Amino acid sequence: MAKNNAQPQKAGIAGLFRHQIMIPIAALLLLVLFNLIADPSFFKITLGNNSDGNPVLSGYLITIIDSGSELAILALGMTLVTAASGGQDISVGAGIAIAGSVLLRVLCGTETSPETLHAPVIVAFLVSCLVAMLFGAFNGSLVAFFKIQPMIATLILFTAGRSIAAWINNNQLPNVNERSFSYYGTYIPGIPIPTPFFIALACFLVTWLLLRFTTLGLYVQSVGINEKTSRLNGLNPELIKLLTYILLGLCVAIAALIKVSRLSTINYSVIAKDIEMDAILAVALGGNALGGGKFSMSSSVLGAYVIQFLTTTLYKFQVKADALPAYKAVVVIILVVMSAPAVREKFSILIKKLRSDKTAAQNS
Amino acid sequence: MKVKKILAMAISMVMCAAMFAGCGDTEGGSDNGGKSAKSGTKDNGGADNDGGEDEGGDTGAADDGELITVGIINNDPNESGYRTANDKDLKATFCEENGFKADFYYSLKNDEQITAAQKFIQDEVDYLLLSAADTAGWDTVLQDAQDAGVRVILFDRTIDADESLYEASIVSDMAKEGQTAVDWLKGQGLSDYKIIHLQGVMGSAAQKGRSQALTDTAASDGWEIVEEQTAEWNAEKAQQIVQSVIDSGKDFNVIYAENDDMAKGAVAALDKANISHGVGKDVIVMGFDCNQWALKELLDGNWNYDGQCNPFQSSYIKDIIDKLENDETLSEKTIIMDEKGFDATTITQEDVDNYGI
Repeated sequence: MAKNNAQPQKAGIAGLFRHQIMIPIAALLLLVLFNLIADPSFFKITLGNNSDGNPVLSGYLITIIDSGSELAILALGMTLVTAASGGQDISVGAGIAIAGSVLLRVLCGTETSPETLHAPVIVAFLVSCLVAMLFGAFNGSLVAFFKIQPMIATLILFTAGRSIAAWINNNQLPNVNERSFSYYGTYIPGIPIPTPFFIALACFLVTWLLLRFTTLGLYVQSVGINEKTSRLNGLNPELIKLLTYILLGLCVAIAALIKVSRLSTINYSVIAKDIEMDAILAVALGGNALGGGKFSMSSSVLGAYVIQFLTTTLYKFQVKADALPAYKAVVVIILVVMSAPAVREKFSILIKKLRSDKTAAQNS
Repeated sequence: MKVKKILAMAISMVMCAAMFAGCGDTEGGSDNGGKSAKSGTKDNGGADNDGGEDEGGDTGAADDGELITVGIINNDPNESGYRTANDKDLKATFCEENGFKADFYYSLKNDEQITAAQKFIQDEVDYLLLSAADTAGWDTVLQDAQDAGVRVILFDRTIDADESLYEASIVSDMAKEGQTAVDWLKGQGLSDYKIIHLQGVMGSAAQKGRSQALTDTAASDGWEIVEEQTAEWNAEKAQQIVQSVIDSGKDFNVIYAENDDMAKGAVAALDKANISHGVGKDVIVMGFDCNQWALKELLDGNWNYDGQCNPFQSSYIKDIIDKLENDETLSEKTIIMDEKGFDATTITQEDVDNYGI
């Protein structure tokens, strides 16, 4: 597989980082500016009570950090997978359906609406983590050991995942009546900020520490940049690729917990529908090379919240929900065109030409 | 390198196939165990969940002649709760005890369904029951069926073919479902109507029928549609849309969701903003499909209305087959099923048990 991540200018990591995170920041500023001009009440946040009498903050911004959290968590794993294997996992939506199904299966047993939970939430969550990581390992081994294109390899679970999820619960759609189960997707009593945001924050911090204090980030990048060289340097590229897919599996399980907890139920045919495309878009919007190599975690996470910002803005202006993908497509087109080598070359030629014209004018 | 790639592809395909096969077997197993509705399934053309491994198991070949053979082509029961209930109902009716020998085939793809239909015709079944995935492309195969003396009955979905090619068609009238719901809403006599309209996947029959009634009445009676959005049958999307309306500070007092899932998502958003809903509360919540959990919400007074989309077609089909067997003529080609609408103030536990899917 060709890796086109040879950065032309060695501007140093700090320079590159600044350059990369500028893309989601610019997009964010654009959206903020648009909303400020169109309707400043977009940024209003009010403190109220929910129907249980607990204090909750509400407003568009809160909705964004709430609903964008699953996407941010997925973006963490997706960035690693993209960087290491130079491809994307398109089965994360189906993976959420599977992990959520397992979660409910453990919680509810075979009943559709049990009065009491059959197992503590933490046990169910750990089981679902295990299953999701297993499916991650399945994807990962196809990519790492069988050298299959990531999108093709994950197409298998993308196709089969939701049927597997349906089968796990015998086609039933279980409901959890336990109030405390909904805390993960809504609010913990007394804390007015939505829980998913805290979970996403925790995931981000853990990932940041992992990258900061272990060599994982370096290994992932070197495998993504040049597999052969990293092998010659004593790394095991297969193992590292596999590891990134397993980590993505973990992210999928966490996102599934939030998704299922939001409504305390699951509908495996529509849960987290098309979320894989948003997750990939978050990685792209973060300015990461989709062909693998260098990556910036914070850019991806910011990218995820920018996508949710865009979605919420469009909902506010009553854009038809089935037209949303078209707007996202415009963003994708701009990103892809801007990062295409041909366009970059044209741009640099144009800039050089302008400069030489200038110097020529000064000289004459 | 190329050889390796091909090998890798082949192995992954085998893995994939194994996964599907794994699913199919287990499902088939549970079907056979749970409902014992399978009567000597022969070969369902490799359907993914045919459950037909017990070839010629308990069916004596001798009594084959007395049984009416039916080939049933349906959509995948995993598609929705509606489809699961529909499939269960068909299996319960067309069993040996009732004098039928039924073969089932499931697919969401039209071409696969057509191939299955051709196979059923070759097997010379007496009746072909069909819920088509797509409306087009059925003319030739239905003509073949007619030539071979196979009688065709459509259920749940109509197709674009000449009426003479099938005996009867049993369908839900989505427009009527919508009208029943809107009439109920009109009967509530609110001083003003401010409605959030959550639509299904645009262009689907259920969306068109259920939307049309509301749109028409809103125009004629001067009801205000605060927001009209498709949430694509999806609870999460519905939650986000209603959340967006709440965040904007707009006033509303009715949620008209075209299925139960979307109503549930809407209610989650209402709960978060401490907006009361249900019987005698600020916001009227309406849903469709009559899932058991949704009817329970009605029973608890959290929702106000749920419209039925009747999946129990088998009794209608059986009536038709009985009539045809006795050489009676059918009074009408298209039979529209009775569909109820449940009001939270009058619903009983019995209704929940009988009509919940």
